[in-house]
Amino acid sequence: MAIKVKVMDRPVEQVSYVRATLSGLAHTFKHLVDPHKVTTQYPEETEALSKRWRGTHRMLTKVEGKAKCVGCGLCPTVCPANCIKLVPGEDEQGNRFPLVFEIDEFRCIFCGYCQEVCPEEAIHVGRHYENAELSRDGFVYDLERLTAQTHPVCEMWDPADPAGE
Amino acid sequence: MGPLLMTPISDNVTAFTIASAIKVLVFFGVYLVTVALLTLAERKVSAWIQDRHGPNRTGPGGLLQPAADGVKNFMKEELSPGAGNSILFTLAPAIAFCTAMVSWAVIPFAAPLPTPWGVMSVAIADLPVGFVFTLAISSLGVFGITLAGWSSNNKYSLLGGLRSSAQMISYEIAMGLSVIPVLLLAGNVKMSAIVSQQASGGWNVLNLSFAFLTFLISAFAETNRLPFDLPEAESELVAGYHTEYSSMKFSMFFIAEYANMLTASGLLATLFLGGWDIPFTAWDNSGDPSLLKTLLTLVSFMLKAGFFLFLYMWIRWTLPRFRYDQLMALGWRFLLPVSLGYIVLIASALLVLQVLGIQPGVIQTGILLVLNIVVLVLVFVIFDRGRLVSPTTSKMSAAEMLRLRMQDRAGSVLSATVRPEPEMGD
Repeated sequence: MAIKVKVMDRPVEQVSYVRATLSGLAHTFKHLVDPHKVTTQYPEETEALSKRWRGTHRMLTKVEGKAKCVGCGLCPTVCPANCIKLVPGEDEQGNRFPLVFEIDEFRCIFCGYCQEVCPEEAIHVGRHYENAELSRDGFVYDLERLTAQTHPVCEMWDPADPAGE
Repeated sequence: MGPLLMTPISDNVTAFTIASAIKVLVFFGVYLVTVALLTLAERKVSAWIQDRHGPNRTGPGGLLQPAADGVKNFMKEELSPGAGNSILFTLAPAIAFCTAMVSWAVIPFAAPLPTPWGVMSVAIADLPVGFVFTLAISSLGVFGITLAGWSSNNKYSLLGGLRSSAQMISYEIAMGLSVIPVLLLAGNVKMSAIVSQQASGGWNVLNLSFAFLTFLISAFAETNRLPFDLPEAESELVAGYHTEYSSMKFSMFFIAEYANMLTASGLLATLFLGGWDIPFTAWDNSGDPSLLKTLLTLVSFMLKAGFFLFLYMWIRWTLPRFRYDQLMALGWRFLLPVSLGYIVLIASALLVLQVLGIQPGVIQTGILLVLNIVVLVLVFVIFDRGRLVSPTTSKMSAAEMLRLRMQDRAGSVLSATVRPEPEMGD
Protein backbone atom coordinates (compact mmCIF):
# COMPACT_ATOMS: atom_id res chain seq x y z
CA MET A 1 0.00 0.00 0.00
CA ALA A 2 1.48 3.23 -1.09
CA ILE A 3 1.51 6.26 1.20
CA LYS A 4 -0.81 9.04 -0.01
CA VAL A 5 1.46 11.74 -1.36
CA LYS A 6 0.97 14.56 -3.78
CA VAL A 7 3.08 13.77 -6.80
CA MET A 8 4.34 16.39 -9.20
CA ASP A 9 4.05 15.63 -12.89
CA ARG A 10 7.35 15.95 -14.63
CA PRO A 11 8.64 14.42 -17.86
CA VAL A 12 10.35 11.23 -16.69
CA GLU A 13 13.69 12.06 -18.26
CA GLN A 14 13.99 14.88 -15.76
CA VAL A 15 13.61 12.68 -12.71
CA SER A 16 16.59 10.33 -13.02
CA TYR A 17 17.70 9.66 -9.45
CA VAL A 18 21.18 8.63 -10.49
CA ARG A 19 21.84 11.73 -12.55
CA ALA A 20 20.40 13.98 -9.86
CA THR A 21 22.64 12.27 -7.32
CA LEU A 22 25.74 12.73 -9.44
CA SER A 23 25.05 16.40 -10.07
CA GLY A 24 24.37 16.87 -6.36
CA LEU A 25 27.67 15.20 -5.49
CA ALA A 26 29.49 17.45 -7.95
CA HIS A 27 27.86 20.47 -6.38
CA THR A 28 28.79 19.56 -2.81
CA PHE A 29 32.33 18.66 -3.88
CA LYS A 30 32.71 22.11 -5.42
CA HIS A 31 31.87 23.62 -2.05
CA LEU A 32 34.11 21.14 -0.23
CA VAL A 33 37.22 22.24 -2.10
CA ASP A 34 36.21 25.90 -2.27
CA PRO A 35 38.77 27.74 -0.09
CA HIS A 36 36.36 30.60 0.54
CA LYS A 37 34.60 29.92 3.84
CA VAL A 38 31.96 32.24 5.21
CA THR A 39 32.82 31.86 8.90
CA THR A 40 34.55 34.78 10.62
CA GLN A 41 37.22 33.41 12.97
CA TYR A 42 35.95 35.65 15.74
CA PRO A 43 38.59 36.30 18.38
CA GLU A 44 41.34 36.53 15.74
CA GLU A 45 39.40 38.49 13.15
CA THR A 46 36.38 40.72 13.63
CA GLU A 47 33.92 42.22 11.22
CA ALA A 48 33.83 46.02 10.85
CA LEU A 49 31.06 47.63 12.88
CA SER A 50 28.58 50.04 11.38
CA LYS A 51 29.14 53.73 12.14
CA ARG A 52 25.74 53.70 13.75
CA TRP A 53 26.46 50.69 15.99
CA ARG A 54 25.09 51.32 19.49
CA GLY A 55 27.13 49.47 22.10
CA THR A 56 28.98 50.00 25.38
CA HIS A 57 28.63 53.57 26.66
CA ARG A 58 31.39 56.10 26.78
CA MET A 59 31.49 59.51 28.55
CA LEU A 60 33.48 62.11 26.61
CA THR A 61 35.73 64.46 28.57
CA LYS A 62 36.79 68.11 28.42
CA VAL A 63 40.39 69.06 27.64
CA GLU A 64 41.37 68.96 31.31
CA GLY A 65 40.08 65.40 31.58
CA LYS A 66 36.84 65.96 33.46
CA ALA A 67 33.55 64.58 32.13
CA LYS A 68 31.57 66.88 29.85
CA CYS A 69 28.38 66.03 31.75
CA VAL A 70 26.64 68.98 33.42
CA GLY A 71 24.16 66.86 35.35
CA CYS A 72 21.11 68.27 33.59
CA GLY A 73 19.15 65.09 34.21
CA LEU A 74 17.83 64.69 30.64
CA CYS A 75 19.33 61.26 30.05
CA PRO A 76 17.82 59.51 33.14
CA THR A 77 14.53 61.12 32.20
CA VAL A 78 14.52 59.93 28.60
CA CYS A 79 15.97 56.49 29.36
CA PRO A 80 13.23 53.91 28.59
CA ALA A 81 15.01 51.18 30.54
CA ASN A 82 15.61 53.39 33.56
CA CYS A 83 19.22 52.31 33.76
CA ILE A 84 20.97 55.66 34.35
CA LYS A 85 21.49 56.86 37.90
CA LEU A 86 22.50 60.55 38.18
CA VAL A 87 23.10 62.69 41.29
CA PRO A 88 24.01 66.25 40.18
CA GLY A 89 26.41 68.44 42.18
CA GLU A 90 27.59 72.07 41.89
CA ASP A 91 31.00 73.66 42.65
CA GLU A 92 31.78 77.21 44.05
CA GLN A 93 31.65 78.84 40.59
CA GLY A 94 28.18 77.39 40.04
CA ASN A 95 29.36 74.77 37.48
CA ARG A 96 27.20 71.69 37.67
CA PHE A 97 28.82 68.28 37.46
CA PRO A 98 27.65 64.72 38.20
CA LEU A 99 28.41 63.51 41.72
CA VAL A 100 27.22 60.03 40.80
CA PHE A 101 26.74 58.85 37.21
CA GLU A 102 26.11 55.13 36.80
CA ILE A 103 24.81 53.14 33.84
CA ASP A 104 23.65 49.58 34.30
CA GLU A 105 24.74 48.03 30.99
CA PHE A 106 22.73 44.94 31.86
CA ARG A 107 19.45 46.85 31.91
CA CYS A 108 20.32 49.13 29.01
CA ILE A 109 18.50 48.41 25.76
CA PHE A 110 21.02 50.42 23.71
CA CYS A 111 18.39 52.68 22.14
CA GLY A 112 20.81 55.61 22.08
CA TYR A 113 18.25 58.14 23.39
CA CYS A 114 20.75 59.32 26.06
CA GLN A 115 23.20 60.30 23.35
CA GLU A 116 20.52 61.98 21.29
CA VAL A 117 19.12 63.95 24.20
CA CYS A 118 22.44 65.08 25.72
CA PRO A 119 22.91 68.86 25.22
CA GLU A 120 26.65 68.71 26.00
CA GLU A 121 27.44 65.69 23.75
CA ALA A 122 28.84 64.02 26.86
CA ILE A 123 27.28 60.53 27.10
CA HIS A 124 27.56 58.37 23.98
CA VAL A 125 26.81 54.83 22.98
CA GLY A 126 29.96 53.30 21.53
CA ARG A 127 30.99 51.10 18.62
CA HIS A 128 32.02 48.32 20.97
CA TYR A 129 30.42 45.08 22.17
CA GLU A 130 32.95 42.98 24.05
CA ASN A 131 31.73 43.78 27.55
CA ALA A 132 31.42 40.41 29.28
CA GLU A 133 31.68 40.38 33.08
CA LEU A 134 31.93 37.69 35.73
CA SER A 135 29.20 39.18 37.94
CA ARG A 136 26.08 41.30 37.49
CA ASP A 137 27.62 44.05 39.61
CA GLY A 138 30.38 44.39 37.05
CA PHE A 139 27.90 45.69 34.52
CA VAL A 140 27.18 48.84 36.52
CA TYR A 141 29.62 51.32 35.00
CA ASP A 142 30.48 54.33 37.17
CA LEU A 143 31.66 57.72 35.92
CA GLU A 144 35.32 56.77 36.17
CA ARG A 145 34.85 53.71 34.03
CA LEU A 146 32.68 55.51 31.50
CA THR A 147 35.28 58.24 30.99
CA ALA A 148 38.08 55.67 30.78
CA GLN A 149 36.53 53.98 27.72
CA THR A 150 38.48 54.62 24.53
CA HIS A 151 36.43 52.98 21.77
CA PRO A 152 34.92 55.10 18.96
CA VAL A 153 31.44 56.41 19.60
CA CYS A 154 28.27 55.99 17.60
CA GLU A 155 27.31 58.44 14.88
CA MET A 156 23.58 58.81 15.35
CA TRP A 157 21.06 58.64 12.55
CA ASP A 158 20.79 61.96 10.81
CA PRO A 159 17.32 62.64 9.30
CA ALA A 160 18.92 64.90 6.68
CA ASP A 161 21.21 62.07 5.62
CA PRO A 162 19.24 58.86 6.15
CA ALA A 163 21.68 56.63 4.25
CA GLY A 164 24.61 57.81 6.35
CA GLU A 165 26.71 59.17 3.48
CA MET B 1 65.18 -15.48 3.49
CA GLY B 2 65.47 -18.89 5.13
CA PRO B 3 62.94 -21.68 4.81
CA LEU B 4 61.84 -21.04 8.42
CA LEU B 5 60.48 -17.63 7.42
CA MET B 6 58.21 -19.11 4.80
CA THR B 7 56.25 -21.37 7.14
CA PRO B 8 52.99 -19.92 8.43
CA ILE B 9 53.13 -18.72 12.02
CA SER B 10 50.21 -20.98 12.92
CA ASP B 11 52.63 -23.96 12.86
CA ASN B 12 54.14 -22.63 16.09
CA VAL B 13 51.33 -22.64 18.65
CA THR B 14 53.01 -20.38 21.25
CA ALA B 15 54.13 -17.80 18.70
CA PHE B 16 50.71 -17.89 17.05
CA THR B 17 48.91 -17.26 20.36
CA ILE B 18 51.19 -14.37 21.32
CA ALA B 19 51.02 -12.87 17.82
CA SER B 20 47.23 -13.10 17.84
CA ALA B 21 47.01 -11.37 21.22
CA ILE B 22 49.26 -8.56 20.00
CA LYS B 23 47.24 -8.27 16.79
CA VAL B 24 43.98 -8.01 18.73
CA LEU B 25 45.37 -5.20 20.91
CA VAL B 26 47.02 -3.30 18.07
CA PHE B 27 44.21 -3.62 15.51
CA PHE B 28 41.40 -2.73 17.88
CA GLY B 29 43.47 0.13 19.30
CA VAL B 30 44.00 1.49 15.80
CA TYR B 31 40.35 0.81 15.03
CA LEU B 32 39.05 2.83 17.98
CA VAL B 33 41.43 5.72 17.32
CA THR B 34 40.31 5.75 13.69
CA VAL B 35 36.67 5.76 14.77
CA ALA B 36 37.37 8.73 17.06
CA LEU B 37 39.09 10.57 14.24
CA LEU B 38 36.19 9.73 11.93
CA THR B 39 33.82 11.73 14.12
CA LEU B 40 36.15 14.68 13.64
CA ALA B 41 36.48 13.97 9.92
CA GLU B 42 32.70 13.90 9.57
CA ARG B 43 32.38 17.29 11.23
CA LYS B 44 35.18 18.71 9.12
CA VAL B 45 33.74 17.39 5.85
CA SER B 46 30.26 18.60 6.72
CA ALA B 47 31.68 22.01 7.61
CA TRP B 48 33.66 22.30 4.40
CA ILE B 49 30.68 21.27 2.29
CA GLN B 50 28.64 23.96 4.05
CA ASP B 51 31.41 26.58 3.53
CA ARG B 52 32.40 26.56 7.20
CA HIS B 53 35.68 25.71 8.95
CA GLY B 54 34.52 23.01 11.39
CA PRO B 55 36.02 22.40 14.83
CA ASN B 56 39.42 24.09 15.00
CA ARG B 57 39.80 25.27 18.61
CA THR B 58 40.88 22.11 20.42
CA GLY B 59 44.39 21.15 19.48
CA PRO B 60 46.04 21.81 16.11
CA GLY B 61 43.28 22.03 13.52
CA GLY B 62 40.75 20.63 16.00
CA LEU B 63 42.61 17.32 16.25
CA LEU B 64 41.80 16.92 19.96
CA GLN B 65 38.07 17.42 19.42
CA PRO B 66 37.25 13.67 19.74
CA ALA B 67 39.04 13.63 23.12
CA ALA B 68 37.10 16.69 24.24
CA ASP B 69 33.85 15.06 23.11
CA GLY B 70 34.76 11.88 24.97
CA VAL B 71 35.50 13.76 28.20
CA LYS B 72 32.25 15.67 27.84
CA ASN B 73 30.26 12.46 27.38
CA PHE B 74 31.86 10.83 30.42
CA MET B 75 31.02 13.88 32.55
CA LYS B 76 27.36 13.97 31.54
CA GLU B 77 24.61 12.76 33.76
CA GLU B 78 23.35 9.33 32.82
CA LEU B 79 19.59 9.05 32.65
CA SER B 80 17.57 5.91 32.16
CA PRO B 81 13.81 5.85 31.62
CA GLY B 82 11.91 4.77 34.74
CA ALA B 83 9.38 2.64 32.90
CA GLY B 84 11.91 1.07 30.56
CA ASN B 85 13.57 -2.31 30.79
CA SER B 86 16.82 -1.32 32.45
CA ILE B 87 18.74 -4.55 31.75
CA LEU B 88 18.09 -4.44 28.02
CA PHE B 89 18.54 -0.68 28.08
CA THR B 90 22.09 -1.18 29.32
CA LEU B 91 22.76 -4.19 27.12
CA ALA B 92 21.63 -2.59 23.84
CA PRO B 93 24.51 -0.13 23.35
CA ALA B 94 26.99 -2.89 24.21
CA ILE B 95 25.50 -5.15 21.53
CA ALA B 96 25.55 -2.39 18.94
CA PHE B 97 29.14 -1.52 19.84
CA CYS B 98 30.55 -5.04 19.95
CA THR B 99 28.93 -6.35 16.76
CA ALA B 100 30.21 -3.29 14.94
CA MET B 101 33.74 -4.13 16.01
CA VAL B 102 33.81 -7.90 15.57
CA SER B 103 33.51 -7.96 11.76
CA TRP B 104 36.76 -6.02 11.63
CA ALA B 105 38.58 -9.19 12.72
CA VAL B 106 38.40 -10.98 9.37
CA ILE B 107 39.55 -8.21 7.04
CA PRO B 108 43.16 -8.56 5.84
CA PHE B 109 44.85 -5.15 5.87
CA ALA B 110 48.17 -5.89 4.22
CA ALA B 111 50.39 -8.49 2.64
CA PRO B 112 51.57 -11.18 5.10
CA LEU B 113 54.27 -10.02 7.47
CA PRO B 114 57.45 -12.09 7.92
CA THR B 115 58.48 -12.65 11.54
CA PRO B 116 61.31 -14.76 12.97
CA TRP B 117 58.67 -17.34 13.91
CA GLY B 118 56.96 -17.62 10.53
CA VAL B 119 54.78 -15.65 8.15
CA MET B 120 51.93 -13.85 9.90
CA SER B 121 48.78 -12.77 8.08
CA VAL B 122 47.84 -9.15 8.79
CA ALA B 123 44.28 -9.89 9.85
CA ILE B 124 43.25 -10.76 13.37
CA ALA B 125 41.69 -13.99 12.15
CA ASP B 126 41.71 -14.86 8.46
CA LEU B 127 38.78 -17.24 8.94
CA PRO B 128 38.04 -19.86 6.28
CA VAL B 129 34.37 -18.69 6.46
CA GLY B 130 35.44 -15.03 6.07
CA PHE B 131 32.61 -13.25 4.37
CA VAL B 132 29.87 -15.46 5.82
CA PHE B 133 31.14 -14.46 9.26
CA THR B 134 30.78 -10.73 8.50
CA LEU B 135 27.26 -11.30 7.18
CA ALA B 136 26.32 -13.19 10.36
CA ILE B 137 27.77 -10.53 12.65
CA SER B 138 26.27 -7.60 10.77
CA SER B 139 22.82 -9.24 11.12
CA LEU B 140 23.39 -9.31 14.89
CA GLY B 141 23.91 -5.54 14.91
CA VAL B 142 20.20 -4.99 14.39
CA PHE B 143 19.51 -6.45 17.85
CA GLY B 144 21.33 -3.59 19.54
CA ILE B 145 19.25 -0.99 17.78
CA THR B 146 15.93 -2.80 18.05
CA LEU B 147 16.42 -3.58 21.75
CA ALA B 148 17.44 0.02 22.40
CA GLY B 149 14.22 1.18 20.78
CA TRP B 150 12.08 -1.29 22.65
CA SER B 151 13.64 -1.03 26.12
CA SER B 152 13.41 2.77 26.15
CA ASN B 153 9.61 2.61 26.51
CA ASN B 154 9.36 5.58 24.20
CA LYS B 155 7.24 5.68 21.07
CA TYR B 156 9.87 7.47 19.00
CA SER B 157 12.57 5.05 20.07
CA LEU B 158 10.30 2.11 19.29
CA LEU B 159 9.50 3.46 15.83
CA GLY B 160 13.20 3.99 15.19
CA GLY B 161 14.00 0.47 16.34
CA LEU B 162 11.25 -1.04 14.18
CA ARG B 163 12.34 0.90 11.14
CA SER B 164 15.87 -0.19 11.71
CA SER B 165 14.99 -3.88 11.96
CA ALA B 166 12.82 -3.71 8.84
CA GLN B 167 15.51 -1.84 6.94
CA MET B 168 18.42 -4.01 7.99
CA ILE B 169 16.60 -7.25 7.25
CA SER B 170 15.56 -5.97 3.81
CA TYR B 171 19.00 -4.80 2.82
CA GLU B 172 20.79 -7.77 4.37
CA ILE B 173 19.30 -9.88 1.57
CA ALA B 174 20.38 -7.51 -1.18
CA MET B 175 23.82 -7.31 0.42
CA GLY B 176 24.25 -11.06 0.56
CA LEU B 177 23.00 -11.52 -2.99
CA SER B 178 25.24 -8.81 -4.40
CA VAL B 179 28.31 -10.57 -3.02
CA ILE B 180 27.48 -13.97 -4.51
CA PRO B 181 29.03 -12.99 -7.90
CA VAL B 182 32.22 -12.11 -6.00
CA LEU B 183 32.23 -15.51 -4.36
CA LEU B 184 31.53 -17.14 -7.75
CA LEU B 185 34.63 -15.49 -9.20
CA ALA B 186 36.85 -16.23 -6.21
CA GLY B 187 35.49 -19.72 -5.62
CA ASN B 188 36.08 -19.17 -1.91
CA VAL B 189 34.59 -17.13 0.96
CA LYS B 190 37.94 -16.59 2.68
CA MET B 191 38.87 -12.90 2.58
CA SER B 192 42.52 -13.48 1.68
CA ALA B 193 41.44 -15.78 -1.16
CA ILE B 194 39.15 -13.05 -2.52
CA VAL B 195 42.05 -10.58 -2.36
CA SER B 196 44.50 -12.88 -4.14
CA GLN B 197 41.90 -13.70 -6.80
CA GLN B 198 41.51 -9.99 -7.50
CA ALA B 199 45.27 -9.50 -7.62
CA SER B 200 45.51 -12.09 -10.41
CA GLY B 201 42.13 -11.75 -12.12
CA GLY B 202 41.43 -8.01 -11.98
CA TRP B 203 39.59 -6.00 -9.38
CA ASN B 204 35.97 -6.87 -8.84
CA VAL B 205 34.94 -3.27 -9.36
CA LEU B 206 35.74 -3.92 -13.04
CA ASN B 207 34.68 -7.56 -13.12
CA LEU B 208 31.44 -6.92 -11.25
CA SER B 209 30.74 -3.18 -11.38
CA PHE B 210 27.03 -3.65 -10.94
CA ALA B 211 27.41 -5.89 -7.88
CA PHE B 212 29.72 -3.21 -6.50
CA LEU B 213 26.98 -0.61 -6.83
CA THR B 214 24.29 -2.77 -5.25
CA PHE B 215 26.67 -3.71 -2.43
CA LEU B 216 27.51 -0.04 -1.92
CA ILE B 217 23.82 0.87 -1.65
CA SER B 218 23.12 -2.01 0.74
CA ALA B 219 26.17 -1.11 2.82
CA PHE B 220 24.81 2.42 3.22
CA ALA B 221 21.48 1.01 4.32
CA GLU B 222 23.11 -1.52 6.66
CA THR B 223 25.07 1.17 8.46
CA ASN B 224 21.99 3.42 8.79
CA ARG B 225 23.76 6.26 7.06
CA LEU B 226 22.05 8.87 4.95
CA PRO B 227 20.16 8.61 2.68
CA PHE B 228 18.99 5.56 4.67
CA ASP B 229 19.11 6.97 8.21
CA LEU B 230 15.41 6.44 8.86
CA PRO B 231 16.01 4.74 12.23
CA GLU B 232 17.26 8.02 13.66
CA ALA B 233 15.38 10.44 11.37
CA GLU B 234 15.76 13.46 13.63
CA SER B 235 13.07 15.48 11.90
CA GLU B 236 10.46 12.79 12.54
CA LEU B 237 11.57 10.70 15.51
CA VAL B 238 13.48 13.14 17.77
CA ALA B 239 16.61 10.97 17.59
CA GLY B 240 15.09 7.58 16.79
CA TYR B 241 16.27 4.56 18.75
CA HIS B 242 18.71 6.51 20.92
CA THR B 243 16.28 9.24 21.99
CA GLU B 244 16.42 8.17 25.65
CA TYR B 245 20.14 7.58 25.77
CA SER B 246 22.56 10.03 27.31
CA SER B 247 26.17 10.18 28.37
CA MET B 248 28.50 7.33 27.39
CA LYS B 249 25.65 5.01 26.38
CA PHE B 250 24.69 7.46 23.66
CA SER B 251 28.34 7.76 22.78
CA MET B 252 28.53 4.01 22.29
CA PHE B 253 25.79 4.15 19.65
CA PHE B 254 27.66 6.99 18.04
CA ILE B 255 30.91 5.00 18.06
CA ALA B 256 29.02 1.95 16.75
CA GLU B 257 27.76 3.97 13.76
CA TYR B 258 31.26 5.03 12.81
CA ALA B 259 32.66 1.58 13.56
CA ASN B 260 30.09 0.12 11.17
CA MET B 261 31.13 2.66 8.56
CA LEU B 262 34.76 1.71 8.97
CA THR B 263 34.02 -2.01 8.72
CA ALA B 264 31.80 -1.51 5.67
CA SER B 265 34.50 0.58 4.00
CA GLY B 266 37.06 -2.12 4.73
CA LEU B 267 34.71 -4.73 3.28
CA LEU B 268 34.06 -2.68 0.16
CA ALA B 269 37.78 -2.21 -0.36
CA THR B 270 38.48 -5.91 0.23
CA LEU B 271 35.66 -7.33 -1.87
CA PHE B 272 35.70 -4.91 -4.79
CA LEU B 273 38.88 -2.82 -4.86
CA GLY B 274 41.33 -5.68 -4.47
CA GLY B 275 41.94 -5.33 -0.73
CA TRP B 276 45.58 -4.50 -0.06
CA ASP B 277 46.60 -5.12 -3.67
CA ILE B 278 48.62 -2.28 -5.19
CA PRO B 279 47.30 -1.69 -8.72
CA PHE B 280 49.38 -2.00 -11.94
CA THR B 281 52.08 -4.07 -10.26
CA ALA B 282 52.52 -7.75 -9.51
CA TRP B 283 55.47 -7.04 -7.21
CA ASP B 284 53.37 -6.84 -4.05
CA ASN B 285 51.68 -10.21 -4.37
CA SER B 286 54.47 -12.43 -5.64
CA GLY B 287 57.74 -13.58 -4.16
CA ASP B 288 58.81 -13.59 -0.55
CA PRO B 289 56.93 -11.57 2.04
CA SER B 290 58.83 -8.56 3.38
CA LEU B 291 58.26 -5.71 5.82
CA LEU B 292 58.33 -3.11 3.03
CA LYS B 293 55.62 -4.98 1.13
CA THR B 294 53.47 -5.17 4.25
CA LEU B 295 53.78 -1.44 4.90
CA LEU B 296 53.12 -0.37 1.31
CA THR B 297 50.13 -2.66 0.94
CA LEU B 298 48.82 -1.35 4.27
CA VAL B 299 48.96 2.18 2.86
CA SER B 300 47.20 0.95 -0.26
CA PHE B 301 44.42 -0.59 1.83
CA MET B 302 44.08 2.54 3.96
CA LEU B 303 43.75 4.73 0.89
CA LYS B 304 41.00 2.51 -0.52
CA ALA B 305 39.08 2.29 2.76
CA GLY B 306 39.61 6.02 3.27
CA PHE B 307 38.05 6.71 -0.10
CA PHE B 308 34.90 4.87 0.93
CA LEU B 309 34.82 6.63 4.30
CA PHE B 310 34.96 9.94 2.47
CA LEU B 311 32.26 8.74 0.08
CA TYR B 312 30.04 7.95 3.09
CA MET B 313 30.42 11.49 4.40
CA TRP B 314 30.19 13.09 0.99
CA ILE B 315 26.89 11.30 0.26
CA ARG B 316 25.57 12.09 3.73
CA TRP B 317 25.91 15.81 3.15
CA THR B 318 24.50 15.63 -0.39
CA LEU B 319 21.41 13.45 -0.43
CA PRO B 320 18.17 13.94 1.50
CA ARG B 321 16.63 11.06 3.41
CA PHE B 322 14.39 8.58 1.61
CA ARG B 323 10.76 8.26 2.47
CA TYR B 324 9.96 4.97 4.19
CA ASP B 325 8.05 3.49 1.25
CA GLN B 326 10.81 4.52 -1.15
CA LEU B 327 13.33 2.76 1.06
CA MET B 328 11.35 -0.47 1.11
CA ALA B 329 10.56 -0.29 -2.60
CA LEU B 330 14.21 0.22 -3.46
CA GLY B 331 15.24 -2.73 -1.33
CA TRP B 332 12.60 -5.25 -2.28
CA ARG B 333 11.43 -4.22 -5.74
CA PHE B 334 14.70 -3.05 -7.24
CA LEU B 335 17.80 -4.39 -5.45
CA LEU B 336 16.52 -7.88 -4.70
CA PRO B 337 15.28 -8.92 -8.19
CA VAL B 338 18.05 -7.10 -9.99
CA SER B 339 20.83 -8.69 -7.95
CA LEU B 340 19.17 -12.10 -8.41
CA GLY B 341 19.16 -11.53 -12.16
CA TYR B 342 22.75 -10.38 -12.00
CA ILE B 343 23.82 -13.59 -10.28
CA VAL B 344 22.25 -15.60 -13.12
CA LEU B 345 23.92 -13.36 -15.71
CA ILE B 346 27.38 -13.61 -14.14
CA ALA B 347 27.06 -17.34 -13.52
CA SER B 348 26.14 -17.95 -17.17
CA ALA B 349 28.88 -15.60 -18.37
CA LEU B 350 31.46 -17.48 -16.28
CA LEU B 351 30.18 -20.77 -17.62
CA VAL B 352 30.47 -19.55 -21.21
CA LEU B 353 33.99 -18.21 -20.53
CA GLN B 354 34.94 -21.54 -19.01
CA VAL B 355 33.58 -23.46 -21.99
CA LEU B 356 35.47 -21.12 -24.34
CA GLY B 357 38.58 -21.83 -22.27
CA ILE B 358 39.32 -18.19 -21.32
CA GLN B 359 41.48 -18.01 -18.22
CA PRO B 360 41.07 -15.31 -15.54
CA GLY B 361 43.07 -12.29 -16.65
CA VAL B 362 42.85 -9.21 -18.82
CA ILE B 363 40.60 -10.78 -21.47
CA GLN B 364 38.13 -12.15 -18.91
CA THR B 365 38.06 -8.80 -17.10
CA GLY B 366 37.48 -7.01 -20.39
CA ILE B 367 34.58 -9.25 -21.35
CA LEU B 368 32.99 -8.93 -17.91
CA LEU B 369 33.52 -5.15 -17.93
CA VAL B 370 31.71 -4.82 -21.26
CA LEU B 371 28.89 -6.95 -19.86
CA ASN B 372 28.73 -4.71 -16.78
CA ILE B 373 28.67 -1.53 -18.81
CA VAL B 374 25.73 -2.91 -20.76
CA VAL B 375 23.92 -3.73 -17.51
CA LEU B 376 24.71 -0.32 -16.01
CA VAL B 377 23.46 1.51 -19.10
CA LEU B 378 20.31 -0.61 -19.11
CA VAL B 379 19.63 0.08 -15.45
CA PHE B 380 20.66 3.67 -15.04
CA VAL B 381 19.86 5.20 -18.42
CA ILE B 382 16.86 3.24 -19.62
CA PHE B 383 15.36 1.84 -16.42
CA ASP B 384 16.08 4.85 -14.19
CA ARG B 385 13.25 7.08 -15.37
CA GLY B 386 11.53 7.86 -12.12
CA ARG B 387 11.32 4.17 -11.31
CA LEU B 388 14.45 3.53 -9.24
CA VAL B 389 13.18 5.58 -6.36
CA SER B 390 9.44 5.45 -6.66
CA PRO B 391 7.25 7.37 -6.90
CA THR B 392 9.10 10.48 -7.88
CA THR B 393 6.65 10.99 -10.68
CA SER B 394 3.18 9.90 -11.59
CA LYS B 395 2.12 8.23 -14.78
CA MET B 396 1.58 10.73 -17.52
CA SER B 397 -0.19 10.32 -20.81
CA ALA B 398 1.94 10.45 -23.95
CA ALA B 399 0.06 13.49 -25.22
CA GLU B 400 0.59 15.39 -21.97
CA MET B 401 4.27 14.49 -22.03
CA LEU B 402 4.59 15.73 -25.61
CA ARG B 403 2.89 19.01 -24.68
CA LEU B 404 5.24 19.55 -21.73
CA ARG B 405 8.25 18.69 -23.81
CA MET B 406 7.25 21.17 -26.52
CA GLN B 407 6.68 23.77 -23.85
CA ASP B 408 10.09 23.05 -22.41
CA ARG B 409 11.75 23.29 -25.79
CA ALA B 410 9.98 26.59 -26.53
CA GLY B 411 11.86 28.05 -23.58
CA SER B 412 8.88 28.72 -21.41
CA VAL B 413 9.03 27.91 -17.74
CA LEU B 414 8.01 24.30 -17.26
CA SER B 415 5.06 24.51 -14.96
CA ALA B 416 4.60 21.51 -12.79
CA THR B 417 0.93 20.73 -12.90
CA VAL B 418 -0.64 18.99 -9.97
CA ARG B 419 -3.70 16.96 -10.71
CA PRO B 420 -6.67 17.36 -8.40
CA GLU B 421 -6.57 13.62 -7.61
CA PRO B 422 -2.89 12.69 -7.87
CA GLU B 423 -2.30 9.13 -8.94
CA MET B 424 0.16 6.98 -7.11
CA GLY B 425 3.30 5.94 -8.93
CA ASP B 426 1.96 2.50 -9.47
